[in-house]
Amino acid sequence: MSAGTYTPRPGAAPLSRMIAAQAALETRMLLRNGEQLLLTVIIPTLLLVLFSSVDIVDTGTDEPVDFLTPGVLALAVMSTAFTGQAIATGFERRYGVLKRLGASPLPRWGLMAAKTLSVLVTEVLQVALLTVIALALGWSPGGSPAAVLLLLLLGTVAFSGLGLLMAGTLKAEATLAAANLVFLLLLVGGGVVVPLDRFPDAARSVLELLPVSALSGGLRDVLQHGSGLPWGDVGILAAWAVLGLGAAARFFRWE
Amino acid sequence: MSSEPGRQVVQVTGLVKRYGTKTAVDGLDLDVPAGAVTAVLGPNGAGKTTTIETCEGYRRPDGGTVRVLGLDPVADAADLRPRIGVMLQSGGVYSGARADEMLRHMAKLHAHPLDVDALIERLGLGSCGRTPYRRLSGGQQQRLALATAVVGRPELLFLDEPTAGLDPQARRSTWDLVRELRSDGVSVVLTTHFMDEAEELADDVAVIDAGRVIAQGSPEQLRRGGAENTLRFTGRPGLDLASLLKALPDGSAAAELTSGTYRITGRVDPELLATVTSWCAQHGVMPDGIAVERHTLEDVFLELTGKELRA
Repeated sequence: MSAGTYTPRPGAAPLSRMIAAQAALETRMLLRNGEQLLLTVIIPTLLLVLFSSVDIVDTGTDEPVDFLTPGVLALAVMSTAFTGQAIATGFERRYGVLKRLGASPLPRWGLMAAKTLSVLVTEVLQVALLTVIALALGWSPGGSPAAVLLLLLLGTVAFSGLGLLMAGTLKAEATLAAANLVFLLLLVGGGVVVPLDRFPDAARSVLELLPVSALSGGLRDVLQHGSGLPWGDVGILAAWAVLGLGAAARFFRWE
Repeated sequence: MSSEPGRQVVQVTGLVKRYGTKTAVDGLDLDVPAGAVTAVLGPNGAGKTTTIETCEGYRRPDGGTVRVLGLDPVADAADLRPRIGVMLQSGGVYSGARADEMLRHMAKLHAHPLDVDALIERLGLGSCGRTPYRRLSGGQQQRLALATAVVGRPELLFLDEPTAGLDPQARRSTWDLVRELRSDGVSVVLTTHFMDEAEELADDVAVIDAGRVIAQGSPEQLRRGGAENTLRFTGRPGLDLASLLKALPDGSAAAELTSGTYRITGRVDPELLATVTSWCAQHGVMPDGIAVERHTLEDVFLELTGKELRA
Protein backbone atom coordinates (compact mmCIF):
# COMPACT_ATOMS: atom_id res chain seq x y z
CA MET A 1 0.00 0.00 0.00
CA SER A 2 1.42 3.36 -0.97
CA ALA A 3 1.92 6.57 0.94
CA GLY A 4 -1.34 8.30 1.70
CA THR A 5 -3.30 5.04 1.91
CA TYR A 6 -4.20 5.66 5.52
CA THR A 7 -4.77 9.42 5.30
CA PRO A 8 -7.66 10.01 7.69
CA ARG A 9 -11.06 10.21 6.09
CA PRO A 10 -13.41 9.30 8.88
CA GLY A 11 -17.16 9.12 8.70
CA ALA A 12 -20.09 6.90 9.56
CA ALA A 13 -21.97 5.08 6.84
CA PRO A 14 -25.64 6.09 6.47
CA LEU A 15 -27.62 4.68 9.37
CA SER A 16 -29.88 2.53 7.20
CA ARG A 17 -26.83 0.92 5.56
CA MET A 18 -25.22 0.22 8.93
CA ILE A 19 -28.36 -1.40 10.33
CA ALA A 20 -28.93 -3.45 7.16
CA ALA A 21 -25.31 -4.66 7.21
CA GLN A 22 -25.51 -5.51 10.90
CA ALA A 23 -28.81 -7.38 10.47
CA ALA A 24 -27.40 -9.34 7.53
CA LEU A 25 -24.30 -10.32 9.52
CA GLU A 26 -26.34 -11.34 12.57
CA THR A 27 -28.65 -13.45 10.41
CA ARG A 28 -25.69 -15.15 8.72
CA MET A 29 -24.13 -15.92 12.10
CA LEU A 30 -27.41 -17.42 13.28
CA LEU A 31 -28.00 -19.56 10.20
CA ARG A 32 -24.41 -20.81 10.32
CA ASN A 33 -24.74 -22.00 13.90
CA GLY A 34 -25.75 -25.65 14.07
CA GLU A 35 -27.16 -25.60 17.61
CA GLN A 36 -29.28 -22.56 16.75
CA LEU A 37 -30.69 -24.29 13.68
CA LEU A 38 -31.56 -27.30 15.80
CA LEU A 39 -33.60 -25.06 18.08
CA THR A 40 -35.19 -22.81 15.50
CA VAL A 41 -35.86 -25.18 12.61
CA ILE A 42 -35.34 -28.83 13.35
CA ILE A 43 -37.14 -29.19 16.69
CA PRO A 44 -40.30 -27.26 15.67
CA THR A 45 -40.44 -29.14 12.34
CA LEU A 46 -39.97 -32.53 13.99
CA LEU A 47 -42.61 -31.79 16.62
CA LEU A 48 -45.09 -30.72 13.98
CA VAL A 49 -44.53 -33.75 11.75
CA LEU A 50 -44.25 -36.29 14.56
CA PHE A 51 -47.19 -35.23 16.69
CA SER A 52 -49.46 -34.68 13.68
CA SER A 53 -48.82 -38.14 12.27
CA VAL A 54 -48.56 -40.21 15.45
CA ASP A 55 -51.19 -39.99 18.16
CA ILE A 56 -48.84 -39.47 21.12
CA VAL A 57 -50.73 -36.75 22.92
CA ASP A 58 -54.50 -36.50 22.94
CA THR A 59 -55.01 -33.03 21.50
CA GLY A 60 -58.78 -33.21 21.84
CA THR A 61 -59.36 -32.64 18.11
CA ASP A 62 -59.94 -34.80 15.07
CA GLU A 63 -57.21 -33.00 13.19
CA PRO A 64 -54.13 -32.84 15.46
CA VAL A 65 -52.38 -30.57 12.95
CA ASP A 66 -55.00 -27.85 13.55
CA PHE A 67 -54.17 -27.94 17.23
CA LEU A 68 -50.42 -28.36 16.81
CA THR A 69 -49.56 -25.75 14.18
CA PRO A 70 -50.40 -22.67 16.28
CA GLY A 71 -48.41 -24.14 19.19
CA VAL A 72 -45.42 -24.92 16.99
CA LEU A 73 -45.54 -21.41 15.51
CA ALA A 74 -45.43 -20.04 19.05
CA LEU A 75 -42.51 -22.35 19.80
CA ALA A 76 -40.71 -21.13 16.68
CA VAL A 77 -41.08 -17.51 17.81
CA MET A 78 -39.81 -18.42 21.28
CA SER A 79 -36.85 -20.39 19.90
CA THR A 80 -35.62 -17.44 17.82
CA ALA A 81 -36.59 -14.35 19.82
CA PHE A 82 -35.85 -15.82 23.24
CA THR A 83 -33.59 -18.87 23.26
CA GLY A 84 -31.50 -18.17 20.18
CA GLN A 85 -31.17 -14.46 20.79
CA ALA A 86 -30.31 -14.92 24.48
CA ILE A 87 -27.56 -17.44 23.77
CA ALA A 88 -26.07 -15.55 20.83
CA THR A 89 -26.14 -12.18 22.59
CA GLY A 90 -24.76 -13.72 25.80
CA PHE A 91 -21.70 -14.99 23.96
CA GLU A 92 -21.32 -11.75 21.99
CA ARG A 93 -21.19 -9.97 25.32
CA ARG A 94 -18.74 -12.48 26.75
CA TYR A 95 -16.38 -12.23 23.74
CA GLY A 96 -16.41 -8.43 23.61
CA VAL A 97 -18.38 -8.20 20.37
CA LEU A 98 -20.96 -5.88 21.92
CA LYS A 99 -18.15 -3.84 23.45
CA ARG A 100 -16.27 -3.56 20.16
CA LEU A 101 -19.38 -2.58 18.23
CA GLY A 102 -20.02 0.00 20.95
CA ALA A 103 -16.95 1.88 19.69
CA SER A 104 -18.04 1.66 16.06
CA PRO A 105 -20.22 4.26 14.32
CA LEU A 106 -23.26 1.97 14.77
CA PRO A 107 -25.28 3.37 17.71
CA ARG A 108 -26.43 0.93 20.36
CA TRP A 109 -30.07 1.32 19.45
CA GLY A 110 -29.02 0.61 15.87
CA LEU A 111 -27.44 -2.64 17.02
CA MET A 112 -30.64 -3.55 18.84
CA ALA A 113 -32.71 -2.65 15.76
CA ALA A 114 -30.46 -4.88 13.66
CA LYS A 115 -30.88 -7.75 16.12
CA THR A 116 -34.65 -7.34 15.96
CA LEU A 117 -34.56 -7.29 12.16
CA SER A 118 -32.46 -10.43 12.16
CA VAL A 119 -34.94 -12.14 14.50
CA LEU A 120 -37.84 -11.10 12.25
CA VAL A 121 -36.11 -12.35 9.10
CA THR A 122 -35.47 -15.69 10.78
CA GLU A 123 -39.07 -15.89 11.95
CA VAL A 124 -40.38 -15.21 8.45
CA LEU A 125 -38.29 -18.15 7.20
CA GLN A 126 -39.52 -20.34 10.07
CA VAL A 127 -43.19 -19.44 9.62
CA ALA A 128 -42.97 -19.98 5.85
CA LEU A 129 -41.36 -23.42 6.31
CA LEU A 130 -43.75 -24.52 9.06
CA THR A 131 -46.80 -23.26 7.15
CA VAL A 132 -45.84 -25.25 4.06
CA ILE A 133 -45.30 -28.41 6.13
CA ALA A 134 -48.53 -27.92 8.09
CA LEU A 135 -50.55 -27.36 4.91
CA ALA A 136 -49.03 -30.54 3.48
CA LEU A 137 -50.20 -32.33 6.64
CA GLY A 138 -53.75 -31.10 6.06
CA TRP A 139 -53.81 -27.92 8.14
CA SER A 140 -56.83 -25.69 7.52
CA PRO A 141 -56.20 -22.34 9.20
CA GLY A 142 -58.97 -19.84 9.88
CA GLY A 143 -59.26 -16.37 11.41
CA SER A 144 -57.76 -13.02 10.47
CA PRO A 145 -54.16 -12.89 9.24
CA ALA A 146 -53.82 -9.43 10.82
CA ALA A 147 -54.64 -10.86 14.27
CA VAL A 148 -52.08 -13.64 13.71
CA LEU A 149 -49.46 -11.10 12.67
CA LEU A 150 -50.13 -8.92 15.72
CA LEU A 151 -49.83 -11.90 18.07
CA LEU A 152 -46.58 -13.04 16.45
CA LEU A 153 -45.09 -9.54 16.67
CA LEU A 154 -46.18 -9.04 20.26
CA GLY A 155 -44.77 -12.47 21.16
CA THR A 156 -41.50 -11.53 19.48
CA VAL A 157 -41.24 -8.32 21.50
CA ALA A 158 -42.03 -10.12 24.77
CA PHE A 159 -39.54 -12.94 24.15
CA SER A 160 -36.84 -10.55 22.89
CA GLY A 161 -37.07 -8.51 26.07
CA LEU A 162 -36.74 -11.61 28.23
CA GLY A 163 -33.93 -13.04 26.11
CA LEU A 164 -31.93 -9.80 26.20
CA LEU A 165 -32.53 -9.49 29.94
CA MET A 166 -30.98 -12.92 30.43
CA ALA A 167 -28.11 -12.28 27.99
CA GLY A 168 -27.29 -8.92 29.49
CA THR A 169 -27.22 -9.97 33.13
CA LEU A 170 -26.07 -13.61 33.39
CA LYS A 171 -22.77 -15.20 32.42
CA ALA A 172 -22.74 -16.61 28.91
CA GLU A 173 -22.61 -20.24 30.15
CA ALA A 174 -25.46 -19.63 32.59
CA THR A 175 -27.49 -18.05 29.79
CA LEU A 176 -26.79 -21.06 27.56
CA ALA A 177 -28.00 -23.48 30.23
CA ALA A 178 -30.95 -21.41 31.45
CA ALA A 179 -32.22 -20.49 27.98
CA ASN A 180 -32.25 -24.14 26.92
CA LEU A 181 -33.91 -25.23 30.15
CA VAL A 182 -36.60 -22.57 29.85
CA PHE A 183 -37.17 -23.62 26.23
CA LEU A 184 -37.71 -27.22 27.30
CA LEU A 185 -39.96 -26.36 30.24
CA LEU A 186 -42.12 -24.00 28.20
CA LEU A 187 -42.29 -26.54 25.39
CA VAL A 188 -43.91 -28.99 27.81
CA GLY A 189 -45.83 -26.62 30.08
CA GLY A 190 -46.73 -23.80 27.70
CA GLY A 191 -49.56 -25.36 25.73
CA VAL A 192 -47.34 -25.94 22.72
CA VAL A 193 -47.95 -29.64 22.15
CA VAL A 194 -49.74 -30.60 25.37
CA PRO A 195 -53.13 -28.88 25.84
CA LEU A 196 -53.18 -26.91 29.09
CA ASP A 197 -56.45 -28.57 30.15
CA ARG A 198 -54.44 -31.76 30.74
CA PHE A 199 -52.89 -30.01 33.78
CA PRO A 200 -54.61 -29.67 37.21
CA ASP A 201 -56.65 -26.47 37.53
CA ALA A 202 -54.24 -24.77 39.96
CA ALA A 203 -51.24 -25.40 37.73
CA ARG A 204 -53.20 -24.44 34.66
CA SER A 205 -54.18 -21.00 35.94
CA VAL A 206 -50.50 -20.22 36.52
CA LEU A 207 -49.29 -21.77 33.26
CA GLU A 208 -51.80 -19.71 31.29
CA LEU A 209 -49.93 -16.57 32.33
CA LEU A 210 -46.69 -17.69 30.62
CA PRO A 211 -45.84 -15.81 27.45
CA VAL A 212 -45.64 -18.95 25.33
CA SER A 213 -49.07 -20.10 26.65
CA ALA A 214 -50.56 -16.73 25.78
CA LEU A 215 -49.01 -16.84 22.31
CA SER A 216 -49.95 -20.45 21.53
CA GLY A 217 -53.40 -20.03 23.10
CA GLY A 218 -54.04 -16.79 21.24
CA LEU A 219 -52.86 -18.21 17.91
CA ARG A 220 -55.05 -21.26 18.49
CA ASP A 221 -58.11 -19.10 19.18
CA VAL A 222 -57.61 -17.32 15.88
CA LEU A 223 -56.21 -20.04 13.59
CA GLN A 224 -58.10 -23.06 14.94
CA HIS A 225 -61.34 -21.53 16.16
CA GLY A 226 -61.53 -18.49 13.90
CA SER A 227 -62.11 -16.03 16.77
CA GLY A 228 -61.28 -12.33 16.62
CA LEU A 229 -58.35 -10.83 18.48
CA PRO A 230 -57.99 -12.67 21.83
CA TRP A 231 -57.62 -9.66 24.12
CA GLY A 232 -56.71 -11.67 27.22
CA ASP A 233 -53.68 -13.22 25.54
CA VAL A 234 -52.77 -9.91 23.92
CA GLY A 235 -52.82 -8.33 27.41
CA ILE A 236 -50.57 -11.05 28.88
CA LEU A 237 -48.07 -10.72 26.03
CA ALA A 238 -48.08 -6.93 26.29
CA ALA A 239 -47.42 -7.16 30.02
CA TRP A 240 -44.45 -9.51 29.44
CA ALA A 241 -43.17 -7.20 26.70
CA VAL A 242 -43.23 -4.14 28.97
CA LEU A 243 -41.74 -6.09 31.87
CA GLY A 244 -39.02 -7.80 29.82
CA LEU A 245 -37.93 -4.80 27.77
CA GLY A 246 -38.10 -2.50 30.79
CA ALA A 247 -35.93 -4.80 32.88
CA ALA A 248 -33.53 -5.38 29.98
CA ALA A 249 -33.16 -1.64 29.40
CA ARG A 250 -32.51 -1.16 33.11
CA PHE A 251 -30.16 -4.07 33.85
CA PHE A 252 -28.46 -4.92 30.55
CA ARG A 253 -24.66 -4.84 30.84
CA TRP A 254 -22.72 -4.42 27.61
CA GLU A 255 -19.51 -5.97 29.02
CA MET B 1 -5.88 18.17 9.54
CA SER B 2 -4.47 15.69 12.03
CA SER B 3 -0.94 16.90 11.70
CA GLU B 4 -1.46 20.51 12.75
CA PRO B 5 1.51 21.19 14.97
CA GLY B 6 0.78 21.72 18.63
CA ARG B 7 -2.74 20.33 18.52
CA GLN B 8 -3.69 17.92 21.29
CA VAL B 9 -5.88 15.02 20.25
CA VAL B 10 -6.34 13.75 23.80
CA GLN B 11 -6.44 15.91 26.91
CA VAL B 12 -6.90 14.14 30.21
CA THR B 13 -6.91 16.27 33.36
CA GLY B 14 -7.07 14.88 36.88
CA LEU B 15 -8.79 11.66 35.78
CA VAL B 16 -10.02 9.50 38.67
CA LYS B 17 -11.63 6.11 38.15
CA ARG B 18 -12.60 3.74 40.92
CA TYR B 19 -13.91 0.18 40.83
CA GLY B 20 -15.59 -0.32 44.18
CA THR B 21 -12.97 0.53 46.77
CA LYS B 22 -10.06 0.10 44.36
CA THR B 23 -8.77 3.27 42.72
CA ALA B 24 -7.57 2.27 39.25
CA VAL B 25 -6.71 5.78 38.05
CA ASP B 26 -5.76 8.38 40.59
CA GLY B 27 -5.56 11.95 39.29
CA LEU B 28 -4.00 11.22 35.93
CA ASP B 29 -2.96 13.97 33.50
CA LEU B 30 -2.13 13.13 29.93
CA ASP B 31 -1.77 15.19 26.76
CA VAL B 32 -1.44 13.43 23.44
CA PRO B 33 -0.07 15.44 20.51
CA ALA B 34 -1.59 15.13 17.03
CA GLY B 35 0.18 13.23 14.29
CA ALA B 36 2.44 11.30 16.64
CA VAL B 37 2.69 7.88 18.21
CA THR B 38 2.21 8.11 21.96
CA ALA B 39 2.98 5.09 24.12
CA VAL B 40 1.32 4.65 27.49
CA LEU B 41 3.81 2.48 29.29
CA GLY B 42 3.40 0.77 32.61
CA PRO B 43 3.18 -2.54 34.44
CA ASN B 44 0.01 -4.62 34.52
CA GLY B 45 -2.58 -3.02 36.75
CA ALA B 46 -1.08 0.47 36.43
CA GLY B 47 -4.29 1.87 34.95
CA LYS B 48 -3.36 1.87 31.25
CA THR B 49 -6.46 0.09 29.96
CA THR B 50 -8.80 2.02 32.24
CA THR B 51 -7.33 5.28 30.95
CA ILE B 52 -7.61 4.24 27.30
CA GLU B 53 -11.13 2.89 27.75
CA THR B 54 -12.20 6.14 29.37
CA CYS B 55 -10.92 7.96 26.28
CA GLU B 56 -12.87 5.52 24.11
CA GLY B 57 -16.08 6.32 26.00
CA TYR B 58 -16.45 2.95 27.73
CA ARG B 59 -15.95 4.30 31.24
CA ARG B 60 -17.42 7.37 32.87
CA PRO B 61 -14.81 9.27 34.89
CA ASP B 62 -15.35 9.50 38.66
CA GLY B 63 -13.37 12.73 38.60
CA GLY B 64 -11.47 14.98 36.22
CA THR B 65 -12.12 15.67 32.56
CA VAL B 66 -11.35 13.79 29.36
CA ARG B 67 -11.45 15.38 25.93
CA VAL B 68 -10.77 13.40 22.77
CA LEU B 69 -10.56 15.37 19.52
CA GLY B 70 -12.09 18.15 21.61
CA LEU B 71 -15.16 16.04 22.45
CA ASP B 72 -16.49 14.44 25.62
CA PRO B 73 -16.19 10.68 24.94
CA VAL B 74 -19.46 9.85 26.77
CA ALA B 75 -21.70 12.84 25.99
CA ASP B 76 -20.45 13.28 22.41
CA ALA B 77 -20.02 9.56 21.67
CA ALA B 78 -22.06 9.66 18.48
CA ASP B 79 -19.80 12.35 16.98
CA LEU B 80 -16.59 10.84 18.27
CA ARG B 81 -16.99 7.16 17.38
CA PRO B 82 -16.76 7.49 13.59
CA ARG B 83 -13.48 9.42 14.00
CA ILE B 84 -11.58 6.97 16.18
CA GLY B 85 -10.32 3.43 15.63
CA VAL B 86 -10.32 1.04 18.56
CA MET B 87 -8.36 -2.15 19.10
CA LEU B 88 -9.39 -3.91 22.31
CA GLN B 89 -6.94 -5.99 24.29
CA SER B 90 -8.80 -9.14 23.25
CA GLY B 91 -11.95 -10.37 21.54
CA GLY B 92 -14.43 -8.15 19.78
CA VAL B 93 -15.25 -10.52 16.90
CA TYR B 94 -18.15 -12.97 16.43
CA SER B 95 -16.75 -16.40 17.19
CA GLY B 96 -18.29 -17.83 14.03
CA ALA B 97 -17.23 -15.01 11.69
CA ARG B 98 -14.41 -15.36 9.20
CA ALA B 99 -11.64 -12.76 9.24
CA ASP B 100 -12.53 -11.22 5.89
CA GLU B 101 -16.23 -11.29 6.72
CA MET B 102 -15.75 -9.35 9.95
CA LEU B 103 -13.42 -6.86 8.29
CA ARG B 104 -15.81 -6.29 5.39
CA HIS B 105 -18.59 -5.75 7.89
CA MET B 106 -16.65 -3.15 9.88
CA ALA B 107 -15.79 -1.42 6.59
CA LYS B 108 -19.52 -1.17 5.79
CA LEU B 109 -20.10 0.82 8.98
CA HIS B 110 -17.86 3.61 7.65
CA ALA B 111 -18.33 6.15 4.88
CA HIS B 112 -14.87 5.94 3.26
CA PRO B 113 -13.25 2.67 4.36
CA LEU B 114 -9.89 1.34 3.23
CA ASP B 115 -9.69 -1.25 0.48
CA VAL B 116 -10.42 -4.42 2.45
CA ASP B 117 -8.52 -6.79 0.13
CA ALA B 118 -5.40 -4.64 0.29
CA LEU B 119 -5.61 -4.47 4.07
CA ILE B 120 -6.04 -8.25 4.32
CA GLU B 121 -2.95 -8.64 2.16
CA ARG B 122 -1.00 -6.04 4.14
CA LEU B 123 -1.67 -7.76 7.46
CA GLY B 124 -1.17 -11.28 6.16
CA LEU B 125 -4.75 -12.28 6.93
CA GLY B 126 -5.27 -13.92 3.54
CA SER B 127 -4.17 -17.27 4.93
CA CYS B 128 -7.11 -17.29 7.38
CA GLY B 129 -9.39 -18.38 4.53
CA ARG B 130 -12.71 -19.73 5.72
CA THR B 131 -11.55 -20.44 9.28
CA PRO B 132 -13.94 -19.00 11.91
CA TYR B 133 -12.50 -16.47 14.35
CA ARG B 134 -12.51 -18.85 17.34
CA ARG B 135 -10.10 -21.17 15.52
CA LEU B 136 -7.63 -18.49 14.36
CA SER B 137 -4.24 -18.32 16.09
CA GLY B 138 -3.71 -15.66 18.74
CA GLY B 139 -1.55 -13.69 16.33
CA GLN B 140 -4.16 -13.81 13.58
CA GLN B 141 -6.82 -12.65 16.04
CA GLN B 142 -4.60 -9.74 17.08
CA ARG B 143 -3.96 -8.68 13.50
CA LEU B 144 -7.67 -8.88 12.67
CA ALA B 145 -8.48 -6.67 15.66
CA LEU B 146 -5.89 -4.17 14.41
CA ALA B 147 -7.37 -4.30 10.91
CA THR B 148 -10.89 -3.58 12.21
CA ALA B 149 -9.51 -0.55 14.08
CA VAL B 150 -7.83 0.84 10.97
CA VAL B 151 -10.36 0.06 8.24
CA GLY B 152 -12.60 3.10 8.86
CA ARG B 153 -9.72 5.56 8.18
CA PRO B 154 -9.78 7.14 11.64
CA GLU B 155 -8.00 10.32 12.69
CA LEU B 156 -7.03 8.81 16.00
CA LEU B 157 -6.26 5.22 16.80
CA PHE B 158 -6.32 3.58 20.25
CA LEU B 159 -4.39 0.31 20.39
CA ASP B 160 -4.49 -1.62 23.65
CA GLU B 161 -1.39 -3.83 23.75
CA PRO B 162 -1.30 -4.30 19.98
CA THR B 163 1.61 -6.75 19.91
CA ALA B 164 0.91 -8.86 23.00
CA GLY B 165 1.30 -12.49 22.02
CA LEU B 166 2.79 -11.80 18.57
CA ASP B 167 5.93 -13.51 17.29
CA PRO B 168 8.89 -11.19 16.56
CA GLN B 169 8.18 -11.05 12.83
CA ALA B 170 4.52 -10.15 13.32
CA ARG B 171 5.54 -7.53 15.90
CA ARG B 172 7.87 -5.89 13.38
CA SER B 173 5.12 -5.92 10.79
CA THR B 174 2.68 -4.28 13.22
CA TRP B 175 5.29 -1.64 14.09
CA ASP B 176 5.78 -0.92 10.38
CA LEU B 177 2.05 -0.44 9.94
CA VAL B 178 1.90 1.95 12.90
CA ARG B 179 4.73 3.98 11.35
CA GLU B 180 2.92 4.10 8.00
CA LEU B 181 -0.24 5.27 9.76
CA ARG B 182 1.71 8.03 11.49
CA SER B 183 3.38 9.21 8.31
CA ASP B 184 -0.07 9.42 6.68
CA GLY B 185 -1.21 11.70 9.51
CA VAL B 186 -3.00 9.34 11.88
CA SER B 187 -2.47 10.01 15.59
CA VAL B 188 -1.83 6.81 17.54
CA VAL B 189 -2.13 6.07 21.24
CA LEU B 190 -0.96 2.62 22.27
CA THR B 191 -0.53 0.92 25.58
CA THR B 192 2.34 -1.45 26.10
CA HIS B 193 4.41 -3.07 28.76
CA PHE B 194 7.21 -3.69 26.30
CA MET B 195 10.08 -1.22 26.70
CA ASP B 196 11.50 -1.93 23.27
CA GLU B 197 8.11 -1.21 21.70
CA ALA B 198 7.98 2.21 23.34
CA GLU B 199 11.61 2.96 22.43
CA GLU B 200 11.26 1.82 18.80
CA LEU B 201 7.88 3.24 17.98
CA ALA B 202 6.87 6.13 20.17
CA ASP B 203 7.51 9.83 19.65
CA ASP B 204 6.18 10.40 23.11
CA VAL B 205 6.04 8.09 26.12
CA ALA B 206 3.85 8.49 29.20
CA VAL B 207 5.02 6.28 32.03
CA ILE B 208 2.10 5.23 34.25
CA ASP B 209 2.33 3.68 37.67
CA ALA B 210 -0.39 3.22 40.27
CA GLY B 211 -2.89 5.26 38.26
CA ARG B 212 -0.72 8.32 37.63
CA VAL B 213 1.60 9.55 34.90
CA ILE B 214 4.98 9.71 36.60
CA ALA B 215 6.99 10.85 33.59
CA GLN B 216 6.30 11.94 30.04
CA GLY B 217 8.53 12.87 27.14
CA SER B 218 10.32 11.44 24.14
CA PRO B 219 12.23 8.22 24.82
CA GLU B 220 15.44 10.29 24.51
CA GLN B 221 14.25 12.90 27.02
CA LEU B 222 13.23 10.22 29.47
CA ARG B 223 16.55 8.45 29.19
CA ARG B 224 18.42 11.69 29.71
CA GLY B 225 16.21 13.28 32.30
CA GLY B 226 14.98 10.42 34.35
CA ALA B 227 17.99 8.35 35.15
CA GLU B 228 21.54 9.08 36.14
CA ASN B 229 24.07 7.99 33.59
CA THR B 230 27.58 6.89 34.29
CA LEU B 231 30.99 7.88 32.93
CA ARG B 232 33.98 5.67 33.70
CA PHE B 233 37.65 6.13 33.00
CA THR B 234 41.01 5.06 34.34
CA GLY B 235 43.99 7.30 35.07
CA ARG B 236 46.68 8.08 37.60
CA PRO B 237 45.67 7.00 41.12
CA GLY B 238 44.73 9.63 43.69
CA LEU B 239 43.30 12.39 41.47
CA ASP B 240 41.89 15.42 43.28
CA LEU B 241 38.19 14.61 42.89
CA ALA B 242 37.10 17.64 44.94
CA SER B 243 38.65 19.87 42.30
CA LEU B 244 37.02 17.86 39.50
CA LEU B 245 33.61 18.07 41.18
CA LYS B 246 33.86 21.87 41.37
CA ALA B 247 34.09 21.92 37.57
CA LEU B 248 31.04 19.63 37.16
CA PRO B 249 27.37 20.65 37.34
CA ASP B 250 25.48 20.32 40.61
CA GLY B 251 24.18 16.85 41.28
CA SER B 252 27.19 15.10 39.86
CA ALA B 253 29.20 12.63 41.92
CA ALA B 254 32.68 11.28 41.48
CA ALA B 255 34.37 8.32 43.10
CA GLU B 256 37.64 6.39 42.83
CA LEU B 257 36.34 2.84 42.82
CA THR B 258 39.68 1.06 42.90
CA SER B 259 43.06 2.64 42.64
CA GLY B 260 43.05 4.62 39.38
CA THR B 261 39.51 3.64 38.35
CA TYR B 262 37.04 6.52 38.40
CA ARG B 263 33.28 6.74 38.11
CA ILE B 264 31.30 9.91 37.56
CA THR B 265 27.53 9.78 37.85
CA GLY B 266 25.03 12.47 36.97
CA ARG B 267 23.58 13.97 33.87
CA VAL B 268 26.13 12.71 31.39
CA ASP B 269 25.85 14.79 28.25
CA PRO B 270 28.44 16.09 25.73
CA GLU B 271 29.18 19.17 27.91
CA LEU B 272 29.97 17.02 30.91
CA LEU B 273 32.23 14.81 28.85
CA ALA B 274 34.06 17.90 27.53
CA THR B 275 34.42 19.28 31.07
CA VAL B 276 35.95 16.04 32.33
CA THR B 277 38.44 15.73 29.48
CA SER B 278 39.52 19.38 29.71
CA TRP B 279 39.97 19.05 33.49
CA CYS B 280 42.14 15.98 32.81
CA ALA B 281 44.13 17.96 30.23
CA GLN B 282 44.72 20.78 32.75
CA HIS B 283 45.94 18.25 35.31
CA GLY B 284 48.14 16.30 32.95
CA VAL B 285 46.02 13.18 33.17
CA MET B 286 45.42 10.85 30.24
CA PRO B 287 41.90 9.38 30.80
CA ASP B 288 42.02 5.84 29.42
CA GLY B 289 39.10 3.65 28.53
CA ILE B 290 36.47 6.38 28.73
CA ALA B 291 33.07 4.72 28.66
CA VAL B 292 29.63 6.28 28.91
CA GLU B 293 26.86 4.01 30.05
CA ARG B 294 23.58 5.23 28.76
CA HIS B 295 20.49 4.03 30.51
CA THR B 296 17.57 2.39 28.78
CA LEU B 297 13.91 3.15 29.39
CA GLU B 298 13.91 -0.03 31.42
CA ASP B 299 16.40 1.56 33.87
CA VAL B 300 14.36 4.76 33.87
CA PHE B 301 11.28 2.83 34.75
CA LEU B 302 13.01 0.90 37.49
CA GLU B 303 14.33 4.10 38.96
CA LEU B 304 10.97 5.90 38.78
CA THR B 305 8.83 3.13 40.17
CA GLY B 306 11.20 0.88 42.03
CA LYS B 307 9.82 -2.11 40.16
CA GLU B 308 10.46 -4.27 37.18
CA LEU B 309 8.17 -3.51 34.29
CA ARG B 310 6.95 -7.01 33.71
CA ALA B 311 6.74 -8.04 37.34
